[in-house]
Amino acid sequence: MSDIPILKIGDCLLVSIQVDMHDRLAMALQDDLTHRIVTDRARGVMIDISALEIVDSFIGRMLNNIAAMSRVLDAVTVVVGMRPAVAITLVELGLALTGVRTALNVDKGLAMIRDLIDSPEHTNARRER
Amino acid sequence: MLVESDETMPLRTSDDVVRVRQAVRNRAVGAGFSLVDQTKIVTAASEVARNTVDYGGGGTLKIEVLRDGVRRGVRLTFSDQGPGIADISKAMTDGYTTGGGLGLGLSGSKRLSNEFSIKSSPGQGTVVTLARWK
Amino acid sequence: MPNKESVIAALIDKNQQALLRGWLAAQKRDNRSRETNAPTADVAEQFLRHLATGAAGGRFDDISTPEWAPARELLEDFSRARVSQGFSPTETATFVFSFKEPLFEVLQREADGLAQIWNITLLLDRLGLYTIECYSRTREEVIGRQQQELLELSTPVVELWDGILALPLIGTLDSARTQIVMENLLERIVASGAEIAIIDITGVPTVDTLVAQHLIKTISAARLMGADCILSGIRPQIAQTIVHLGLELNVVSKATMADALGLALRRTEKVIVDRAKVTAGTGD
Repeated sequence: MSDIPILKIGDCLLVSIQVDMHDRLAMALQDDLTHRIVTDRARGVMIDISALEIVDSFIGRMLNNIAAMSRVLDAVTVVVGMRPAVAITLVELGLALTGVRTALNVDKGLAMIRDLIDSPEHTNARRER
Repeated sequence: MLVESDETMPLRTSDDVVRVRQAVRNRAVGAGFSLVDQTKIVTAASEVARNTVDYGGGGTLKIEVLRDGVRRGVRLTFSDQGPGIADISKAMTDGYTTGGGLGLGLSGSKRLSNEFSIKSSPGQGTVVTLARWK
Repeated sequence: MPNKESVIAALIDKNQQALLRGWLAAQKRDNRSRETNAPTADVAEQFLRHLATGAAGGRFDDISTPEWAPARELLEDFSRARVSQGFSPTETATFVFSFKEPLFEVLQREADGLAQIWNITLLLDRLGLYTIECYSRTREEVIGRQQQELLELSTPVVELWDGILALPLIGTLDSARTQIVMENLLERIVASGAEIAIIDITGVPTVDTLVAQHLIKTISAARLMGADCILSGIRPQIAQTIVHLGLELNVVSKATMADALGLALRRTEKVIVDRAKVTAGTGD
């Protein structure tokens, strides 16, 4: 069990990463989340990284893995709260967060998950306009 | 150019990697780096530090704060006595890895640095030096 | 047997007042457009002293040695001041060169003139050129500072409507500019909560592979902050270049900012209606 709390909000899981994680903790979180998606029948996963000052390729890999695993389990993943300095560094680093949607904050993240889960056709139509 | 200060840290465990991030952050702040520059060098340090622990069998990091006229910089030297890298240019290609990860570590940290050099050969260990200037 | 340098040093010491008077008169004559005032006289006096010190200890063919440090520092400060006062490089260097006249007069009178004149000419030429170097360096520093300010001023981010930002780029997009653009844009996204950013490149003269990379980086960074981007202001030539170079921008692009704004409003579920049509419809 990782020490990072995972909250349930309706059919969504919310994780707020507050500490500078070492690798074991990151792996434990990945495992925990995957289990909880199944046990709680979650349709959405929101990862709040607003407290993270650094996102390196290892954390990036973790986020990609979580997104990939949740997609297999028919859940969507949204990462929220990325700091500007982190975004600029990630772009320079060349790390692509594949399959990970991003939103500015928890509010917008929940709205995005709602959109994606409730009416996927509606969301797709909006994208194409 | 002169070295204003230097410290050496062990790099054996993933906890050391966390400590390295904090130490490099402190030095970057002390050298007057902007937030974005701090983030870049700490991220680069995290990448290479992890390589040192995971693939180099552990090693050390030397952090130096430099001054060249009005400019100040931070230089990081990562050393290990591990298996070494047989084909450096291949290792610097994005996506390449022998360990099963994304392999962005070396090429990514080079992109985040102003200066970057790597010396390594099989059986001789690896030394990675990178620097960022304000 | 005294060396030629120490002969000069002794000469300067002995004839200081006369040299100073002659020098200031020569400067006044050479710089007809400006007055020689008291501060310059002070600097001249200090320079004479440093010249004597340097001549006593140092060589004439190399002014980079420590003996010449006081003289160099004085000249550097002097040149910087001249730059900010608006003097030309020639006027600045004339400060040193006009010293030749009074010094040669003294040399003719009191020493073996010809031999000494060559040596002292070499020295004064070097010192004069040094002031020009300092002058250039100061000018370049000013230009550098102004470039930096220009960079920061020319990347404004505007909020066109709730949640819609516009970033009109003017001028070339190099990596230094891109860093500032990204920082500004992302900070505004956080502050405004905007979900759409319109990047207008009407004012960007050319789009080549490098510029495209910088645009892609900016767009990726905005996306990571939860804002979608629309590229606008694509001139026909730019469109041709993009296709020709095979650049993949992976972003919705529109010819004009008006079109981009229209799309952004639709995306944010906003509708603009003609007021006349609305009131007519309600039968008012």
